[in-house]
Amino acid sequence: MSVLATNTPRKGSLLAVDDRTRRRNAAERRFQIYGRIAIGIAIAALAVLLFTIVNNGASAFRQTFLVLDIPLEEKVLDKSGTRDIEAMKKVTTIGYGKLIDKALQDAIAAQGIAVEGLTDKDVKNMISKEAAGLLRDRVLSQPDLVGQTLRAKVLANGRIDGYIKGRVSYESAERDSNVTPAQLRLADALKDAGILSRKFNWDFITTADASELRPESAGLGVAILGSAYMMIVVLVLSLPIGVATSIYLEEFAPQNRFTDLIEVNISNLAAVPSIVYGILGLALFINFAGLPQSAPIVGGLVLTLMTLPRIVIPTRAALRSVPPSIRDAALGIGASKMQSVMHHVLPLAMPGILTGTIIGLAQALGESAPLLLIGMVAFVRDFPGAPPEGFFDPAAALPVQVYNWTQRSDPAFVERASGAIIVLLIFLLAMNAVAIVLRRKFERRW
Amino acid sequence: MSPTVLLAILVLLALAGNLAGRRRALAVSGGDVRRLHSLTRYHGLSVTLFTAVPALFLFGAWLFVQPLVIEGKVSRMAALSAVSDAGAAELVMGDIRRVAGGLDVLAASEGLSEGDLASLRVEEGDLPSRLAKAGVAIAGDISADVLDAAREYRRLTHLSSVAMTVAVTAMALAGLFWSLRRLTPDYRARNISESFVLALFIGSALVAVLTTFGIIASLLVESIHFFRLYPAQDFLFNLTWNPQFRGGSDLGIWPLLWGTLYVSFVALTFAVPVGLMAAIYLSEYATAATRAVIKPAIEILAGIPTIVYGLFALITVGPFLRDHFAQPLGLGSSSSSVMTAGLVMGIMLIPFVSSLSDDIINAVPQSLRDGSYGLGATQSETVRQVILPAALPGIVGSILLAASRAIGETMIVVMGAGASARLDLNPFEAMTTITVKIVSQLTGDTEFASPETLVAFALGMALFIFTLGLNVLALYVVRKYREQYE
Repeated sequence: MSVLATNTPRKGSLLAVDDRTRRRNAAERRFQIYGRIAIGIAIAALAVLLFTIVNNGASAFRQTFLVLDIPLEEKVLDKSGTRDIEAMKKVTTIGYGKLIDKALQDAIAAQGIAVEGLTDKDVKNMISKEAAGLLRDRVLSQPDLVGQTLRAKVLANGRIDGYIKGRVSYESAERDSNVTPAQLRLADALKDAGILSRKFNWDFITTADASELRPESAGLGVAILGSAYMMIVVLVLSLPIGVATSIYLEEFAPQNRFTDLIEVNISNLAAVPSIVYGILGLALFINFAGLPQSAPIVGGLVLTLMTLPRIVIPTRAALRSVPPSIRDAALGIGASKMQSVMHHVLPLAMPGILTGTIIGLAQALGESAPLLLIGMVAFVRDFPGAPPEGFFDPAAALPVQVYNWTQRSDPAFVERASGAIIVLLIFLLAMNAVAIVLRRKFERRW
Repeated sequence: MSPTVLLAILVLLALAGNLAGRRRALAVSGGDVRRLHSLTRYHGLSVTLFTAVPALFLFGAWLFVQPLVIEGKVSRMAALSAVSDAGAAELVMGDIRRVAGGLDVLAASEGLSEGDLASLRVEEGDLPSRLAKAGVAIAGDISADVLDAAREYRRLTHLSSVAMTVAVTAMALAGLFWSLRRLTPDYRARNISESFVLALFIGSALVAVLTTFGIIASLLVESIHFFRLYPAQDFLFNLTWNPQFRGGSDLGIWPLLWGTLYVSFVALTFAVPVGLMAAIYLSEYATAATRAVIKPAIEILAGIPTIVYGLFALITVGPFLRDHFAQPLGLGSSSSSVMTAGLVMGIMLIPFVSSLSDDIINAVPQSLRDGSYGLGATQSETVRQVILPAALPGIVGSILLAASRAIGETMIVVMGAGASARLDLNPFEAMTTITVKIVSQLTGDTEFASPETLVAFALGMALFIFTLGLNVLALYVVRKYREQYE
């Protein structure tokens, strides 16, 4: 009997799943699900990030304008009647403001719009404070316009723009000293009459920053130009220095302490926080060398030092990927070491070097922390001059402009900041696309 | 003469030197290039190098040293000898520089001759208004001393720029003629220009060393300044941070250090599990097609500038956490908080953890996996009991690198963590970090002699030491504990 008992199998059939196997399989499934969740979180974070920025910023490219027929009366703008620019410059923006104001009053009267509780001041404040200055600049550049009736797009006030975009409501207008509910009703009426509408706003990309109270006319022009200047400085300095460093380390350097020192230095510099480079720039370029604050040249120098290790690392990888047979062949037919490198290795490594450089430049373009310390946060309204003197003029930078706008109290600047981010991301996307195309097109497998 | 013109002259001289070198090489060979040691283009190149490079170095060095020398000379004049305080001296120097610039503008806009400028008197009274009209705003009155100093400053600047033009051009010409005269048929032009270029390569490689040296020197010098004005033990052991621009501030590093570590901790608790699991899934489970889509998508996160994350924290994550977590739970009503900055920074760190871990997991040899499957282990058991232990040093290294990124990150915490320095455990409370305070102490109009400004350099030193330490530790862990597979 005991023999029979020992012969009964302890477990059931292999085909029936026992508890332990079930547990192990469940653990396996759970583990896979954790992996999927992790990837889901990462992708969702990316999607939400991009979506909110684009969602907040897309409206910055469209601005609310009033289309008005403005009579440019000669007796106001050019009393002498000679169209002499110097004489016309005596008329300040107040004179132009009154003309715009009158044009709006006339338009309201012509459309027969009547809004309860609307004061003259309310009507005047429908229009951006920047509009008169813009009209003045236009008339001064084309004096012939005087005496005619000009059909012009006039910037609406930032709060009215906010109302059209849904940022301002009747409830918030009650509490806001800068806008009244009557103005919002007027805006509705003007919109129905086709006078007030949203149009694509090129000025957002081309004009300079504006003061705290005039978000509607703030633009990115100075920041884009400043960033472009800095990128020129970074490219001109970091590409030759980076390539020279890489060639030396990869092709010529003997194995010794000195070479080790340089290599350790470069890998450490790549990991130094970017703000430390800002401190270096402040202490070295501004306090010690006396270069001007907020200047693209200083920003460019700081970003160059920061970008160098990030260019050296991919450049060395590109040089290393050129097979030794190329060098041996060149040396074998009598080329010198330098000739084999400059005539054969370097051209073959060039696509990889350029890809690495473009990606390094893209990182430099998005970097803001070191620029805060060298005074790029300053409010700059004037465009820097043409290079090379312009490198020493004050300018802004794209990412710093974003930071600058987020520090202002008017919520309209948040929209502008998101819009600026979209511009920045488009530049980065274009640079990375070029890098990918270069790699695809010229990449060689040895 | 402006530096641009000088640069153009140098370029022209270098080109002319190249042509002249080639010509002369041909001439000395008697028209038979086979008699030359090197090709004619190497003769041209050697002349170009000897013409342009020394002159360019002189040019750069002159531009760098000129302001130092001139300001040193001017500051020894009457205007500054009365001022003892370094900060006030800096202000007077700024005035002198502006007035000197203003005189230049006046000379251009009003057509004044040098003689007119020399006879300008402060007593005439309208000088500030005339300068203002020319677009140069000077606060307050201009003293006679400052005007004299400004005149001297202008004179020295003009003198120096003329001297520079002469010296640099002379240097270039000297190099040009010297190297031209050396050309003979036996002249080893190729070897010489190659050694020259190699020397330039070595010089470029030294830029990295000089950068490190510059960082350490600037941090060290200003930190020593700071510790002369503010006792080091207070900086290291005081538990409050309360800068007062009238003096008598408390500048203890602990609240900032705590905020930095707390934010980094939150960021890593989010990023490490997500990044690691994503890496494991991508390298062990995902099909090639999925991997080809998902891996670049996650790496996009690493290419997004930090200012974008900062804005995301400020306008989306901060208000969301405040409205849905902090206020309902009664934990605070601030939209900038440790949690906001930590979460957003965590998103930023995901690709750092995942792509490094991914590489390391892929480096574990397939034979280990096959051995584990052969013993009957499931895939997840293989991952947990074979692959992760084998890849552990690399993964720890990648986490340490991510931690170093987190500690040095600036824009996210500037825009997401807030500015109030406090020692608190509540993650929904606004706290501040070392990097935030570096930015806030060094932006705006800062006076360089005060401890409130100089503390930023001591904080920078602390930050540099921390991140460097973490990086060295990461390298050490990876090197020491790495498994060696054949």
